[in-house]
Amino acid sequence: MHLDPYVESVLIFTGINVVMAISLYLPVSAGLLSLGQGGFMAIGAFASAYLTTALATPFAPALLAGGALAGLVGLLVGFPALRIKGIYLIILTMGFGEIVRVLFLNLEPTGGASGLSGIAPHTTLPVVAAAAGLALAFCWQLRDSRIGWALNAVREDELAAETVGINLTRTKLSVFSLGAFIAGIGGGLYAHFTMFIDPAQFGFQRSAEIFIMVLLGGMGNFLGAALGAVVFTLLPELLRGLQDWRMTFFGTALVVMMIVRPWGLIGARR
Amino acid sequence: MLMQQLVNGILLGSTYALIAIGYTLVFGVLHLVHLAHGEVFMIGAFVGLQVVLWTGAGGPIAVVAALASCALLGVLIHLLAIKPILSRKGHFLAPMISTIGVGIVLQELATRRFGGEQHGFPSRMESVTWHFGSLTLSSVQAVILGISVVLMLALHLFVTRSRIGMAMRATAESAVISHTLGIRTDRIILLTFAIASALGGAAGVLVGMSYNAISPFMGVEMGIKGMAAMLLGGLGNIYGAMLGGLIIGIVEVFSVAYLASSYRDAFAFVIMIVVLLVRPKGIFGSVHHVEG
Repeated sequence: MHLDPYVESVLIFTGINVVMAISLYLPVSAGLLSLGQGGFMAIGAFASAYLTTALATPFAPALLAGGALAGLVGLLVGFPALRIKGIYLIILTMGFGEIVRVLFLNLEPTGGASGLSGIAPHTTLPVVAAAAGLALAFCWQLRDSRIGWALNAVREDELAAETVGINLTRTKLSVFSLGAFIAGIGGGLYAHFTMFIDPAQFGFQRSAEIFIMVLLGGMGNFLGAALGAVVFTLLPELLRGLQDWRMTFFGTALVVMMIVRPWGLIGARR
Repeated sequence: MLMQQLVNGILLGSTYALIAIGYTLVFGVLHLVHLAHGEVFMIGAFVGLQVVLWTGAGGPIAVVAALASCALLGVLIHLLAIKPILSRKGHFLAPMISTIGVGIVLQELATRRFGGEQHGFPSRMESVTWHFGSLTLSSVQAVILGISVVLMLALHLFVTRSRIGMAMRATAESAVISHTLGIRTDRIILLTFAIASALGGAAGVLVGMSYNAISPFMGVEMGIKGMAAMLLGGLGNIYGAMLGGLIIGIVEVFSVAYLASSYRDAFAFVIMIVVLLVRPKGIFGSVHHVEG
C-alpha cells in the first residue's frame, strides 16, 4: 500500500503530536501544568539525533536514551514543582523551556544555533503509530489503576490525598518525569522525521502548541488530549485553501472554540 | 563601567517593568495570564512607527498614540475573547488558551501589514549625549527613562489616591465582595485591561526607540521576559512587577557585560527560578493569589 507522501507526513505529525499531548496530559492529570514541554522535546530530539548521527547508535536505543535523558531532567525540574502550583508552575516551566533553548543555542556538539542536519529518516508511519498507540494504551491502563486514582486524588485535593496515604513527593515527581520522558521520545521521533533540527523549533511556540492541544481536547481525559492533538494538527492543513489567512483564521478558531466549549472538546464540565 | 551598566540595566528593566505591570494588573483582577499581552506590546510599537512615519512627530507623540490605541485594543480583546468565556463555566485555563489565539491573530495581522522583517524606528530626535564623569546618557535614553518613570508614577498615584484606583485594588482583592459593596467590577475590569494594554503599548514604542528595530515577532520574547518579571515580583503586585522588571533588566545587562553574552536570555530565567525556590510566592507575593 502506498500512501500519498503529503498524507503520510501529516499522519506522522499527527502521531508525534499525540505523543506530545500525552506527555503533557500525564502531569496535568496530577494537577501539574507545564508550559515547558518544548524543552523536554528538545532534549530528546538533540540527544537521540546526536547519538544516531555522531555516534552511529541504532535508532531504538538512541530514541530511548533521548527519552531517558529528558526524564532525568524532568526529575530535576520536578523538584520545584513540589512547592509551586498553578500559574507559578506554568511560568516556571516556561522559564525552563527558555533556558533549554538558550543552552542548545550555545552547545557546540549539537551545532549551536545552526542545529543538526542530515539525521537519518528512521521515523516511519508504523513507528509513530506504535509510539502513539503505546502512549494511549498506557493511559488507558492507568485510568482505573491505583496510580491513576492517586493522580486524580492529588489533582483534586493534595491534603486529602496525603491523609489517605498517597506519597505526594513520589507521585508528583514520577508523573512529571514520566511526562518528560514521553516528551523526549516525541522529540526523538520528530528529529528523525524532519531530519533537521535547530533550537528555534523547540521554543515557547512549541510548548504553547502542546499546551493548546491538551486544553483544546479537554483536560480530564487522555482521549481528549489525543483528540486535541489531532484537531490541532489537521485544522491548519484543512485550512490550506485560505492560504495567507490560514493562521489568522486558526487563531480566531481557537478563540471561538474556547468560547463555545470552554471545558474542551470532550472534557467534562466542572 | 559598573555605573554605566547599571544605568543601561535600569533602562532595559524599566520597559520590562511596564510590560510586567500590564500582566500583573490583568492577573490581579481576573487571575488570568494574558498571553496576548506581548502582542499588544508589539502592536504598540507598530502604531508608534506608523504615527512617526505619517506625521513626522517625535517619540512622545508616538507614545501617546500607542497608549490610546492599545487601551482600545485591550478593551476589545477583553470583550471579544475573554469575557464571553468567563461568563461560562469552563476550565480555568480556557481564557488563557483564547488569549494565545488572539496573540496568533495579532501577530499575523502585523506580519501582513508590515511584513515579517525588522523595521527601523526613525527617532526624529536630535541625539544629544551627556557625559557625567565616565557615565554617558543619550537624550533618547533620557526620554525613555523619563516616560517610564512618569507612567509608573502616574499609575502609583492612580491606584493609591483616586477612588477608581481604590476600586481597582478592591476588585483585585475580591471581585465578588467588591461587587456586593457596589463597585461596578465589570467596568473596573475593562478599565484594568485598558490601562494594562496602554502601558504595554507605550513600552513597545520605547523599545522601538531604544533598539531602533521592531518586528511582528518581538512580542513573544518580550512577553516571556515580562511574565518572568511579574512572577519574580509576585503575581498581582504592581510594585513587585516594577522591581521584577528592573531586576531582570539589570541581570541581563550585567550578564552580557561580565559573563557570557550568548546566554543573556537564560540568566533572567535562572534568577527567576532561584528566587521561586527560595520564595515560592515571589518577592512581594501574597498567599491568596497562589491558587491557580
